[in-house]
Formats: sequence, structure tokens, C-alpha cells
Amino acid sequence: MNAQTLTYREALRAGIEQALEDDERVFLMGEDVGRYGGCYAVSKGLFDYYGEQRIIDTPLCESGFVGVGIGAAMGGLRPIIEVMTVNFSLLAMDQIVNSAATLRHMSGGQFNIPVVIRMACGAGRQLAAQHSHSWENFYAHIPGLKVLSPGTHTDARHMLGQALRDPDPVIIFEHVMLLNESGEVSEAPEADMESALVRRLGDDVTLITYGGSLHKALDAADKLAELNISAEVVDLRCLRPLDTDTFLSSVAKTHRAIIIDEGWKTCGLAGEISAIIMEQGFWSLDAPVKRVCTAEVPIPYPSHLEQAALPQVEQIVEMAQAIMEGR
Amino acid sequence: MKEEDSVAEILGNDIVEDIIMPSLGADMTEGMLVEWLVKPGDPVKRGDVIAVIETQKGAIDMEVYHTGVISEILHEPIVTLPVGTVMARVTLTEPGERAKVTPLDSVTVTPLDSVTVTPLDSISLTHVETSTPLASPVVRKMAMDQRLDLTEVKGSGPLGAILLRDLSGSNIDRTNAIEVDDAINTKKAMRGAIASAMSKSKNEIPHFYQSLDIELGNALQWLKRTNEDRAPDQHILLLALLLKAAAKALMKYPDLNGFYQNNQFVHAEEIHIGNVISLRQGGLVVPAIHNVDKLSVDETMEAIRDISVRGRSGHLRSSELTDATITITNMGERGTDTVFGVIYPPQVAIIGFGKVRETPQLVDGDLVNSEVMSVCLSADHRVIDGMLGAKFLNALSKQLQKPELL
Repeated sequence: MNAQTLTYREALRAGIEQALEDDERVFLMGEDVGRYGGCYAVSKGLFDYYGEQRIIDTPLCESGFVGVGIGAAMGGLRPIIEVMTVNFSLLAMDQIVNSAATLRHMSGGQFNIPVVIRMACGAGRQLAAQHSHSWENFYAHIPGLKVLSPGTHTDARHMLGQALRDPDPVIIFEHVMLLNESGEVSEAPEADMESALVRRLGDDVTLITYGGSLHKALDAADKLAELNISAEVVDLRCLRPLDTDTFLSSVAKTHRAIIIDEGWKTCGLAGEISAIIMEQGFWSLDAPVKRVCTAEVPIPYPSHLEQAALPQVEQIVEMAQAIMEGR
Repeated sequence: MKEEDSVAEILGNDIVEDIIMPSLGADMTEGMLVEWLVKPGDPVKRGDVIAVIETQKGAIDMEVYHTGVISEILHEPIVTLPVGTVMARVTLTEPGERAKVTPLDSVTVTPLDSVTVTPLDSISLTHVETSTPLASPVVRKMAMDQRLDLTEVKGSGPLGAILLRDLSGSNIDRTNAIEVDDAINTKKAMRGAIASAMSKSKNEIPHFYQSLDIELGNALQWLKRTNEDRAPDQHILLLALLLKAAAKALMKYPDLNGFYQNNQFVHAEEIHIGNVISLRQGGLVVPAIHNVDKLSVDETMEAIRDISVRGRSGHLRSSELTDATITITNMGERGTDTVFGVIYPPQVAIIGFGKVRETPQLVDGDLVNSEVMSVCLSADHRVIDGMLGAKFLNALSKQLQKPELL
């Protein structure tokens, strides 16, 4: 399969371009996505090419334009709504949770909402406590939504197209720390959007993660290999619905699991995955399930404190060593 | 402090212990509850026979391991239950009865190193000691599926929990037992149990064999004299002397008495000699006579009669089938000159007694009629060397020359 090297940002843009090309019902809407080219420059250049009918700048009103997107989807269009960051998505929460997620149900199946809502997420850019959130768990909590977290460049390129083909609302989280990174992009998706993928095979411990933490888990697996610990890395990719089979069968093989999640530990996705392993994989465990999550503090502004709060490769390595040694 | 409170709470309340379908050997997967001999409300004491269960090894009288009152009967006969199934519950009446309930020292999980700027919360764990060893879930599953006895395994995990790695290389039976389609088909099942134990033995134990012809003239004379005045059912048989002699020789050479597990030999403090009893319907049972070293010859004989009768009628006790520290096989008068036994794992030796035969011997140049028995020691070479085997057999011979002292 031919692969090309793109930045994560370019991969996202290529995905949007293809969606616009493939289906004239598709349009992109959000704050500064047009003339400015997007807060994170993902849509740079698209306004000039596709024009204001399909690349629509909106006022600073998340509740309004997300609601418009939901209405457009009900009306037969295929909107891509960019909420600048997850931090501002709270303002659109009612539209997403109470409208997008429920209308198929509330209308007795008469209306489905094929909207895709993209949002940047995560910490690491010194944007301080209000602009560094990881709230994948909020959305993954809601029946009626699908939640994607592309952690690779190929997923950044192709998941949008897969999401647009889904008849129901899909939220896509794009981690801000990945945008400038370059990586290989395959011509075709590696799997359907709801499947988790084993990114690295191993025998001793399963590292379960997604999105911005995927490369940390892979780096940790490299370091662990030097210590003769063979780590398997499972990339969840889709946070709702969770592909439980993939991580359960990995844990059945390795008997040990560490979940790496940039969200806070309390009431987070890591806890949910841990609970699923307890319920369905308990008898294969040889060690307690462990979590490496963000410290339970508002994300600090100073770089060294911010990094200290976030999951780090060394922590994953330590944790894996500890459970391998039976500590 | 909280932990201590909760422990006190446990002690303050009734302590209830589960009575489970016992595992009578590594090859047993299930047993059939045939009859309860107790009902709820009945007081029981440790060692009481409370139920009859039918296993691959025949009908077994099931003992209770606690003193208390039967509080609940959970399964009614006749029903086949997997090993480990809770069959009933007993509320303990003696506080000391329970495996000690003592909180271990709080164990603090140390925070990760300096890279982790946010130390893990210190987790303090309190461990209430029970008779069940701590083991990880996968180990428990494996123990259940493969009928491993975890009490014999030393755990290397937190609080001594048994982890997967503690099982690797261990001598525990991991072979899959033969599927038992029909619990009532005990003959087939027993064949399967024998097959699995013997295959395991021959696959894993490096046997070596040593044989010694032992002069039994004195012993047979002594038996004849002793039995003269006794009613036939009070006769002492040669087997009782052989058992006693073996026990005394084992006291001198204890390295033949014990178990090889987890790549090491563990010497058994007590001498429980398993006796191979062949059943008329086919198959074998190997009940142990306990503490043979502490029994008189008469008591030993009584024990032999007891287990023979109960073995053939199917009323052996569960403990008798599991705690032998060494085994003897005795072919008797209809047997062969020599028997090369297969060790019953995890034991390390089996003594085979051939039949007594009359044989001419040269004594000071004269041919005399002599009564001898070939005694064959099969030993585990991982534990025992030939010199020890030879010393043991000669000590056994010596014991049998002075039967009056046994």
C-alpha cells in the first residue's frame, strides 16, 4: 500500500478535502475555519478553494452553530462542525447530549443525525487549566454518540470519512500535541472506525491507550523491550462504543494491563476499561489492573509542572516493571 | 486504624466457614454428593464424617475440618458437583478454630521514582490470613481447571500472593485429566485417574530401582509364634511387620519420606504410609495409614484391616487418600518375586514387596533352606541417590531380623 508522509494537521486537512470532494452535502462550519484557516490551521486554504458556502465561519457561539449543524444533518446535509477545542464544547453540551445524541430515539427513528463534530483536545502546549482539557470520557459516557480518537496519522486522514458515513453523530478528538508531528499515512483506513488495533505485539503486559497517549505507550514499549519486558500496545481508536474484544483478548494473553489515559483518573475512561477487564477478563489477570492518568489538579501553566501532571513514558515503564516484578 | 476495626468486627460476629467439595488428588474434577450425614443445626467437630461422596476413587466419607454447627446445607444429594463447590456452611463455635485472623503489617506501596512528580497514593493493604492462599485470578483459574493444589506453592507476589511465574517449572500436575462423562462410571474414571498420576510420574520423575533380598526367617517364625494363641481374625500378617520396619527405617533415613514440589524436596514430619489396595472390580486405592512410626504392631495390623475393609467397601476418609508421605505396594502370596513400583507423585519413593519364596542358600558352606523376599525401592533420583537407597533397604532388612522389637 502506498504511504505518504504528512503532518497530523495535513492528514486531517486531506480528510476534510476528500470529504468535500466526495459528497456535495458535506460542509465545514466553525469559528475561524474559513478566512483565518482554522485556529490550528487545519482548514487553511480550503475557504479559498471551496468558498463560503461550504467553509462557513461562525460567530463565537458554540451552542448556536453546533445546533445549526444538528439541524442541517436532520435536513439531509452532512455537516462537519469544528468546535475549536474541547474546552469550549461545554457550551455546546446541551446540543450534543440533549439533541444530537437523543433525537433518533426521541423521534422513534424518524430522524437520524449524521453530524460529525471535530474538536481539538489535550494538554501540553502551556495553555493552562482552562484550555488543556481531556474530556473524551464525558462524551464516551453518552448513549447515542460515537467517539473517535485518532492517534495515528492514517487515522487522522481516514476517520473523518468513516465518521461521515455513519448515520449517527460522531465526535472526533484531535490531540493538539500531534498536529505538528509527521507520520506515514496509508491510502486506505487500517480498520473500520469502531475497531481497536494492536499497534505493537507483546507477551508480558498490555498497554491500553488512545489518541495523544498512543505514542507515549509505544515509546514506553520500546524502553521496556530493552528491559526484556514485552509490552503489547492496544490503540482503542474508538472510545464509544469500546471494542472490548481486542483489549480483553490481549489481556487474556499477557495477564496484565496498564491503561494510559490523559484524562483524570477519577471517573475516567481508564476506570471504565479497568472495570470491563474486571467483569470480563478477571480470571486471566495475574496482577491488578493499573492506570497511568493525569494528576488530579487543574492543568498547570508552567511547562515543567504541566509535564509533571501528564502521563509520561517513564511512569508507564516504571508501572510495567513494578507489576512484572510483582510489586 | 480502620483496618483493625474491621478485623475486630469480623471477630465479633459469627465466623462461618464454607464446606467445599474436596479435591482428593490432583486428578479429581468433581465428586458426587451421595448422602448427608448431618443436617442444619447439628454440632460437628473437626474430623467428623459429615457426608458420603462418590469419586473416581470410590465412595469417600467426607470429613469436616472445623468445629461448630452446620448452619446451611446448599446442595441436596444425589448431585455431582465440581471440586471447590460450596456444599454447606458451618458456623464456628470455637474462636480458635478459624485459621488465624490477624492483620499483617500494613504494607505501603512505595511511590514511583522522581520522574513521577505526582506520587501514587500510598495504598495500605491489610491482609486477613485465611486458609486459602492468596493467588492472582489467572492462577486461581488454572488451579481450578487443572486441579492444582495451591497450598503447596510459595507465592512471590505482593503479600506472598501466588503469581503465574510461581507455577512455572513447578511439579504441579498440569496434565489435563481425562474427561469424565459419567460420574457413576467410576471404574473408567478411576482408570483415568491412575493413568494420569502414573503418566505424570513416569514423565517427570527420574526413577531408579534397587532391590535387596531380605531374609524373613525370623519374622515368619515370630509371626507363627505370636499367632498361635490368637483367633484367626486377630492374626498379625507379615504386612504389619513390613510397614513397621519401613517406618523405622524411614525414621533413620527421612529423606525418602516427603514430597518433591516446586523443584525441591520437602521432608514430611510424619510418616503416613500409603498402601496400594487393588479392588475386586478393578483399579486401586492407596489409603494411608497415619503415623505408622507411632503405632504398635497390633495397632498397625488393626489399621491395615480397617483400611482394607473400608477401601473395598468404599468408605475411605478424604484425608487418608491425600496425605501419604510414601507408598508401599505388596503383592502378597499370589504376587511376583519382585515389584518395581511407580512413584505416586509428589512422593519420592515407593517400596515394592515381592512374595516370600523359599530358596536354597549357602551358609558357612552348607546349603540351607531360606525364606526371602525381594524388596525393591523405586526412588526419585532428583532427591535420592543410590547410596541412600542401599542404606535404607539394609536398614529395613535389619529391622525385620528382630521382629520382636518392631
